[in-house]
Amino acid sequence: MTTDQLHRAIEAVWRIESAKLVAALARRTRDVGVAEDLAQDALVAAMEQWPRSGVPDRPGAWLLAAARRRGIDAIRRDRVLDRKRREIADRLAADSAPPDVDAALDDEVGDDLLRLIFTACHPALSADARAALTLRLLGGLTTDEIARAFLAPEPTIAQRIVRAKKTLAEKAVPFEVPRGDELATRLASVLEVVYLVFNEGYAATAGDDWMRPALCEEALRLGRILAELTPAEPEVHGLVALMEIQASRLRARTAADGSPILLLDQDRARWDHLLIRRGLAALARAEALGGPRGPYVLQAAIAACHARARAPEATDWPEIARLYGELARAVPSAVVELNRAMAVAMAEGPAAGLAILDALADEPALAGYPYLPSARGDLLAKLGRPAEAAPMFRRAAELTRNARERSWLLGRARACDDAR
Amino acid sequence: MRVMVIIKATKDSEAGVLPDTRLMKEMGDFNEELVKAGVMLDGEGLHPSSRGVRVRFAADGKRTVIDGPFAETKELICGFWLWQVKSMEEAIEWLRRCPNPHLEECEVEIRPVYEAEDFGEAFTPEMREQEDRIRAETARLKG
Repeated sequence: MTTDQLHRAIEAVWRIESAKLVAALARRTRDVGVAEDLAQDALVAAMEQWPRSGVPDRPGAWLLAAARRRGIDAIRRDRVLDRKRREIADRLAADSAPPDVDAALDDEVGDDLLRLIFTACHPALSADARAALTLRLLGGLTTDEIARAFLAPEPTIAQRIVRAKKTLAEKAVPFEVPRGDELATRLASVLEVVYLVFNEGYAATAGDDWMRPALCEEALRLGRILAELTPAEPEVHGLVALMEIQASRLRARTAADGSPILLLDQDRARWDHLLIRRGLAALARAEALGGPRGPYVLQAAIAACHARARAPEATDWPEIARLYGELARAVPSAVVELNRAMAVAMAEGPAAGLAILDALADEPALAGYPYLPSARGDLLAKLGRPAEAAPMFRRAAELTRNARERSWLLGRARACDDAR
Repeated sequence: MRVMVIIKATKDSEAGVLPDTRLMKEMGDFNEELVKAGVMLDGEGLHPSSRGVRVRFAADGKRTVIDGPFAETKELICGFWLWQVKSMEEAIEWLRRCPNPHLEECEVEIRPVYEAEDFGEAFTPEMREQEDRIRAETARLKG
């Protein structure tokens, strides 16, 4: 094996083992920051030794043993030991758990991973900090990769991660899976981070660094892992379903010149039917668990209506309108109501949709939101009222910050002028 | 990236011999590990080639249906997985952890799946056609 091949092999092992390793060390040290440092030390040790010895048969066990050894040595070498560090060293040394992680109970590894996810996504941290820390600890991504993915300078991300770990230590955030009432809110915090990562990737455009679209894959991987760790949580399966179905359209949603293609105009043959099938299966899993449907399950159900339709005309708009209604009741939001209006317009005609939009006219949450006037314009145009539609499109064009969208809206306004 | 992991056939698999309970359990555990790691997208086992057919496309366009079984056992496949991984190396590392899928010597092959980026700047005819269609559609809406 050449050095280059070996480095890539170590990277692959790291990809598979790092989260489990950090999680196992965090349980022992009760400090995520210390755990990550020790895991990095183990990686350095592997880089030094594996070129001579080859990749061991059980690389995970090797890394854990190396991390423990280095941790104990390093901490003990430090002469001015504070109490906390002495405790950490003692816990690592006294650890009688098998050095063989592969042989350790699967449940235990899973529990550690889940603790790590909940800790990295702790609400004491900002959403950005949670996302960076999660990609670092759970995805095994380097600071450089995270920085490129979020279009941020590397020092910014590095600092964000350092601060996040410090906050967790200062607030003495326990390394545990929340229970009871707390679980729901903490899980929401985790799902928010996973979906944020996904949307960053989804928002990537042609010509961006490849790390940006790779965020979709990272989020999907995190979601799939989470779904196996918390199989009884319908919202987790709902989020996975939503991401699988949205990812299924990645190939179909931009034209060759990079301009966006709207859902109803996409070539459905280019959708990824493997991901659709997986998304529908995840949705079925969520729905089989019963109970009231949460926002992710409902959004996945809406996405599934589109995914099931072989042609745009076959879309079940009444069902989509009903699901938006349910979503608006679960999480009252003017944007959801706007989407419901458009679904109702498709199901019952533009007049019915316009009635809902009229009720939203003075909604403060939608002031400055370009899609409200553009939606009104669209329905007015369909109702044969171009004189009223044109100023709506012009208003939307003023509000949008996207140049491509602006020219498209102005085009529609001119078409309305011509139709008068 | 996606890879297809192709499990090659053996004399036993071609004879329809099913793996024993121990191997079934080991493969089950490995599959579970793949699912838990978010790597497994899909996977299926295939019946022996005696239940398969081939359709041969001659250069002149003539199609001939050929019934199995087929010779060259080692080149036949008896199952596949689709994995989502970050690199070929990650796929290799996972495959190193896989139990031998047969009770005898065999080979398993990893092949990367083409992704849109692999086509680079070059338009596929399909993409060009799609673009033309969109242009025509846009023109129709404008007109």
